Amino acid sequence: MTDTLGTAGRRRGATPPLFKLARALAATLLSVLLTIIGLLFVTFLIGRVMPVDPVLAIVGERASQEMYEAAYRSLGLDQPLYVQFWIFLKSVAVGDFGMSTLTARPVAEDVLRVFPATLELATLATIIGVCFGVPMGVISAVHEGRWPDHLVRLFGLFGYSMPVFWIGLMGLLVFYGILGWVGGPGRLDIYYEDIIPPVTGMILIDSLIAGDMTIFWNAVSHIILPASILGYYSLAYISRMTRSFMLEQLSQEYITTARVKGLSERAVIWRHALGNVMIPLITVVALSYATLLEGSVLTEVIFAWPGIGQYITNALLSADLNAVLGGTVVVGLVFILLNLLSDLLYKIVDPRAR
Amino acid sequence: MRFQRSLLAAALSTALALPMTMPFTQAEAATPPNMLVIANRIDDIVSLDPHEMFEFAGTDYANNVYDTLVVFDPADLSSGYQPGLAESWSVSEDGKTFTFKMRSGISFHSGNPVTAKDAEYSLRRVVALEKTPSFILTQFGFNKENMAETIRATDDGTLVITTDKKYAPSFVLNCFTAAVASIVDSKTVQEHEKDGDWGNEWLRTNSAGSGAYKLINWKPNESYSLQAAGDYWRGDVAMQRVIVRHIAESSAQRLLLEKGDVDVARNLSPEDVAGLSSDENVKVEDTLRGRIMYISMNQKDPVLSKPKVVEALKYLIDYKGMEGSFLKGQYTVHQAFLPLTYMGELKDQPYSFDVDKAKALLAEAGEGDGFEVELIVRNAQERVEIAQSLQNTFAQAGITATITQGTGKQILGKYRSRDFQIYVGAWGPDYPDPHTNADTFANNPDNSDEAQLTGKLAWRNAWDIPEMTRRTDAAVQETDAKVRAQMYVDIQKDFQKVAPFAPMFQKVEQNVMRANVNGFNPGAAITAVFYWPVTK
Repeated sequence: MTDTLGTAGRRRGATPPLFKLARALAATLLSVLLTIIGLLFVTFLIGRVMPVDPVLAIVGERASQEMYEAAYRSLGLDQPLYVQFWIFLKSVAVGDFGMSTLTARPVAEDVLRVFPATLELATLATIIGVCFGVPMGVISAVHEGRWPDHLVRLFGLFGYSMPVFWIGLMGLLVFYGILGWVGGPGRLDIYYEDIIPPVTGMILIDSLIAGDMTIFWNAVSHIILPASILGYYSLAYISRMTRSFMLEQLSQEYITTARVKGLSERAVIWRHALGNVMIPLITVVALSYATLLEGSVLTEVIFAWPGIGQYITNALLSADLNAVLGGTVVVGLVFILLNLLSDLLYKIVDPRAR
Repeated sequence: MRFQRSLLAAALSTALALPMTMPFTQAEAATPPNMLVIANRIDDIVSLDPHEMFEFAGTDYANNVYDTLVVFDPADLSSGYQPGLAESWSVSEDGKTFTFKMRSGISFHSGNPVTAKDAEYSLRRVVALEKTPSFILTQFGFNKENMAETIRATDDGTLVITTDKKYAPSFVLNCFTAAVASIVDSKTVQEHEKDGDWGNEWLRTNSAGSGAYKLINWKPNESYSLQAAGDYWRGDVAMQRVIVRHIAESSAQRLLLEKGDVDVARNLSPEDVAGLSSDENVKVEDTLRGRIMYISMNQKDPVLSKPKVVEALKYLIDYKGMEGSFLKGQYTVHQAFLPLTYMGELKDQPYSFDVDKAKALLAEAGEGDGFEVELIVRNAQERVEIAQSLQNTFAQAGITATITQGTGKQILGKYRSRDFQIYVGAWGPDYPDPHTNADTFANNPDNSDEAQLTGKLAWRNAWDIPEMTRRTDAAVQETDAKVRAQMYVDIQKDFQKVAPFAPMFQKVEQNVMRANVNGFNPGAAITAVFYWPVTK
């Protein structure tokens, strides 16, 4: 007993870095696991309280009582709730969300088909949002109260206040309908569909893998407009947050010190102030990215973009329970993963968080 | 400053990136000459199995991938059913046995020949699967227990069907044109059977037909693409490929059509159709569909059961006013229960909006001072607008109408339990035979509450009609098709006079297409679209 305590005491005194890292990793993984189980439990409960008969959705209204009961048992609905949850957990663990009544295919297969479309769009939109939003926020803060600030804020306000379907339709009308600069609704011109084999499900990447530049540029022409519109919303948010973080930093004493020491204004703003803003900004960008990954239903409808937002909405409207649960779990997982990622980035950017 | 310059450069390069894509979009301004590209709402397709599907977009697909024993000719839909995979048929003297002689030399897409064995397998499959549309065939008395005797191939070229009682041959044959009666490649489907599912799981996402096209790809809620299957026995197939893309938004469909990225747009709003009226590159083709908008009056109500009140209300509907305003282009006035283009159609329109006549009729009925009434309606825009128009026109004769809106489930619940006064709604036929509507509007064998004949509209309205029920039962057994058609005309004429139903409008579908598209036939009210006769 004494010996054990003594060993533990020694470990506490000088924890090896590798052990510390492993412990941190284990703690993170445990917290992620618990969050996922919590998420699954909540979605499972929502599925059970929804006033939808999952059996009827599978066997159809004209099925005999025998068929109904067989399906009822095969779904495990005659079991107690905790057993049902265990069955649900086991299925989800192997990626089985059941069949979608809307598409007659396994939900996992459906999600794998629609999610890459959303991922491609959201990623490009976030890149546009960050590339333009951060510099605009910085300019706005540096020129606080002067015309560049007003201009940036007005631009951001416009992005916030215009309904996405209006901007989407106007964008289509002007850039596709009148100017002909971009492709129309859909991910490709219709006659280019089903030519390249799907690898990642993201056409931009798949066309590069296939080495087909014609399809790549066609895909670019289709994605650029919806991505710019979603990127505009993301930009409006990111620039506003960057401005407010920057204003806070620029009023700090270390900035004055840096200036007094004779550092160039460029170094003061872009290295020192922005360097410190990066930390909270990571969370902002991660949240904005996660929101886009949920799928923007209206944008997806207007641009006929077959993404996860449209998939979950259609599933909800037609009471396709498995699809709703599968979609919700995937969106939840995306949130958890992005949170994890931003935590990791925190530790890289901010030495104090290590 | 330097940063601002780089920001400007970045913005400029992005702006330049947009026109860079221009060559790719503009070079393909028209679809390829041998490809038909259609924008449509196809998110109602839940299965590609023809023995399971019961949605419009699904039957469009089945009509081009599968053949049936009996078909409609797209060049002349009004000529009625024609020989299909069965080149001829005969009916026994007792009217219960149908013998189909199969057309020879036709193959499925797999290369397997189409035989009577495939027809036997397909029809038995419908009965055994018991999916939603199976009632179209099982109403002839087929069930799992008797299907081995009632549906059988006596050899590769002969199929014999035995019904439970005598039916009009035209009734049976019309039902055999429906998508649910599609003939599938039995060998291919059997190879994919799993746990006695008759290959249903496989056929939900694959095709095994003998139609003009075979399935290349289906992405639910996104698109399906078809490839011409080779020589087609019904005629030349000009469009080698057909792609139907799900585009939910009318405005997006319109833009794609204007730019020439699609050949046909099937769901344009009246505003978008009007907006294209001056565009020489596109044309609008109207086609009648099967849906009938009607109002009905519950005969349990002491006021509404007075014949003069029923007649008066039929004169208090502003048919032309509604057709010319909020229903413009979408519905046309129609006052009979069978849709136009159906066998036995009736074009008579005896009623028009006439307040004076209605007032006189109300006075004769002893309701000259007016009364209060409740209209129940589903919260769908066009139905609510119809209810509002009725509220307004009823008021002109002193009738105070209140409108109760609800979800489909709520309103149908009231309607099916006979708990309402006036119902404002729609009815769509289930299969291309007049019996589908006659059986519900004009047939009520037992008017008691206990009978619970909720599938029949006559029962829902507590309309007790032994004589008309006898006549509709007789019509469904009449062997002479011409006589039968006349029987429906006569029934509808009497129905117009006395029924507590006022059919008001028939649905019109507006298909807008590029000017070079010819031969696009959406199938009118009786069938689905045909892609194979299309040329560009």
